[in-house]
Amino acid sequence: MPNKLGSKQDLETLQKDLINERKSGKPTIAVCNGTACHPYGCAQLIEAFKEALSKQSLGNKAELRITGCHGLCEKGPIVVIQPGDIFYQKVKAEDVPEILHETISKGNIIDRLLHTDPITGSTIVHRHEIPFYCKQERNILGNNVEINPTKIEDYIAIGGYTALAKALLEMTPEQIIEEIKRSGLRGRGGAGFPTGTKWESCRHAPGDTKYVIVNADEGDPGAYANEGLLSGNPHSVLEGLIIGGYAIGASQGYVYVRNEYPLALANITIALNQAQQLGLLGDNILGSGFDFNVLITRGGGAFVCGESTALMASLEGKVGEPRAKYIHTVEKGLWNRPSNLNNVETWSNVPVIINKGADWYRTLGTDGSKGTKIFSLVGKINNTGLVEVPMGITLREIIYDTGGGIQVGKKFKAVQTGGPSGGCLPENLLDLPVDFDELTKAGSMMGSGGMIVMDETTCMVDIAKYFLTFLEEESCGKCVPCREGMKRMRQILNDITEGKGNEADIDLLERLSATLVDSSLCALGNTAPNPVITTIRYFRDEYEAHIKEKRCPAGVCKALIHYYIIEEKCPGCGLCVKACPEKAITFMGKKKPVVLDESKCIKCGACYDVCNLEAIGKD
Amino acid sequence: MINLDIDGREFKTEEGKTILQVARENGIDIPTLCHHETIEPYGACRLCIVEISKGARSKIVTSCLYPVEEGLKVKTDSPRVMSNRKMILELLLARCSKNEVIKELASQMGIERPPFKSEYIEDNDCIVCGLCVRACEQVVGVSAISLVNRGITKEPAPPFLEAATACIGCGSCYYICPTGAIKMEDREDTRILYNWKVEFKLKKCKVCGNYWAPEKQLEYIRKKWGLSEDFFDICPTCK
Repeated sequence: MPNKLGSKQDLETLQKDLINERKSGKPTIAVCNGTACHPYGCAQLIEAFKEALSKQSLGNKAELRITGCHGLCEKGPIVVIQPGDIFYQKVKAEDVPEILHETISKGNIIDRLLHTDPITGSTIVHRHEIPFYCKQERNILGNNVEINPTKIEDYIAIGGYTALAKALLEMTPEQIIEEIKRSGLRGRGGAGFPTGTKWESCRHAPGDTKYVIVNADEGDPGAYANEGLLSGNPHSVLEGLIIGGYAIGASQGYVYVRNEYPLALANITIALNQAQQLGLLGDNILGSGFDFNVLITRGGGAFVCGESTALMASLEGKVGEPRAKYIHTVEKGLWNRPSNLNNVETWSNVPVIINKGADWYRTLGTDGSKGTKIFSLVGKINNTGLVEVPMGITLREIIYDTGGGIQVGKKFKAVQTGGPSGGCLPENLLDLPVDFDELTKAGSMMGSGGMIVMDETTCMVDIAKYFLTFLEEESCGKCVPCREGMKRMRQILNDITEGKGNEADIDLLERLSATLVDSSLCALGNTAPNPVITTIRYFRDEYEAHIKEKRCPAGVCKALIHYYIIEEKCPGCGLCVKACPEKAITFMGKKKPVVLDESKCIKCGACYDVCNLEAIGKD
Repeated sequence: MINLDIDGREFKTEEGKTILQVARENGIDIPTLCHHETIEPYGACRLCIVEISKGARSKIVTSCLYPVEEGLKVKTDSPRVMSNRKMILELLLARCSKNEVIKELASQMGIERPPFKSEYIEDNDCIVCGLCVRACEQVVGVSAISLVNRGITKEPAPPFLEAATACIGCGSCYYICPTGAIKMEDREDTRILYNWKVEFKLKKCKVCGNYWAPEKQLEYIRKKWGLSEDFFDICPTCK
């Protein structure tokens, strides 16, 4: 660990030394150690690289860099080799010797590890030429590839903490707030409140003790944008937080991180300790006279604790229950003191704005939403992963260009943005520019930055029920509309999917939704009906098919579908007989079609999935 | 002083008051269930919602919590308020279908039965307003009970669902409960609080011989205020 930094000059000297070290001329092998690459075996891969490079013959040939998430999670584990920007995907431990002997030693490309474009089918060598990355503007997430998140030296080498030095030593708090305001940065936690305005309110709120807080309680199923950032580049969040603390007049910061994010928690803890050791936290940071400390608090696993007032209650050691925000948290927040809460991604944008300036930042995005936004692109799409795109890009560009389109043979049906309480948008809205205001107008929201793509095999009533059931379980239960209303909505949706719906149900769902939106205590209840409202708005025919015709058009709702054998196609191979867990299918002899006993069928679909002759029908 | 308009009437009032306070001081009726003037407002039942505006846009807020603002226009019975309040009462009635207080409130809104399937209608008395828990904490200062679980399973309960050992038997929870969900009984020399699984020996008045208050409660008060050992030997009626 380098010596404590007492001034801006110390930081600059250290940075120069670190950059020179990096100029050793050795190739760098950046291996993704992100959360999504772990189930694919990146830990073993990293061990294999370490072991191979420890051998004398190879030890000096390449530098191993264990990094955070690279984004294209679908194809992990990912290895990027510099110079050359060579991108290898789905790399296994057994590929390591070949990578070292061929690519590192001889400069040869290993074709089988290259990325294949799902649309054109061509293989691509360089990362920057992969369509997944082409339309992205990875201003925030891009540095993940350049650094080992557990090494503050790596962060400093790429310019880390220079924004802090600039802010503390060359700018007044008012100038920083003005810069953030002018940048047009809006809160990435979902609501999109102008960040600079929030900071200004908190700075002006009466009181000597103020707090700044990082909301890293990303509780959405399917969203992991904050995780990818906090585990992959924790210092960027910390740097933003310290700058915010200085601008607002706070000397204490908190990072509230969900305990279900072990990697993010570990990396932000390491980052915090390193920043303390280097004097980037603590007393008289870089000789500026500004004192600032940070504590990490682990969340207890409640979705509602991502809501600002519930998060602060939880930080105080109380039950994570929201309260009315008629008196804003910037005036009375944590322990009734002025408190400024921002999302991980918002804080991460701050050093970029301070370094590159508000004018540069404003060139990205739309009139109302500036900069970039990170999305967790998941679902029935080819390239699942974390993407960072400029605001204003269309849904179509994200799904088809970056995401590589829908999986083979299927048709796009809907995309849900913003997490479980976001809306489901249909195909005719694919050209919608993605920003805070446009998504809200369409009945959805930016929310957490979740983006779940659904194809024709998704039933929209079933999906609305799924999200509502999740939110019902996560409701804190304090207020009547949210607690009782969601339960009733779930019962109605359940009945519809079981063929027990009636024609008044849609109206009743709409009335219930209106009450939740209007009169729930917090944003959980206010937004919870979005999946129901939007699926009724855009896929009303599916609701009607379930209610009037007792039919599930997507063939998902078990009570409304049945399987049958298409006799003329069935050669009696018996695959389905073996697959059926209920012994509902009987083998009748070779070249004779099998027989399905519907009374025994549990509609699991195992026969349908296993039959490759399309001899099993479903309606 | 602050000027505001409630249902077309102009009021002058002090800063720091809530809309509900000002409305009630002036005889404007806003229904509430989770509100009590001795306890900090909580905003759980949502019955006291009103529609407020300052300029063109209006929004729904709970009047028990919203502090008055200069120039605020408040409507306590606009169509938007009434349709939300009606649904909230329908939801409460579906939960507490046999509770007289809820039935009466619903009936005042013209609701005879909730709009949900009869198989889903429940017979509960507790609306989870938390008044019992809040009174025990804020007024009594004992915190013998709390709200446990979340979502639809949330309920007031003694610690670990066992006997509430910190309870002093004062019955504040019983008296403050707006729907009669807390069952308390004084049986000769014993007080039973069924919800919290506790029983208390009652103190006998040395003069009239009546059992008049739980010994544990009187002991709690005596110690808190430093009163003499014989202070509660005689009941308030005989004093």
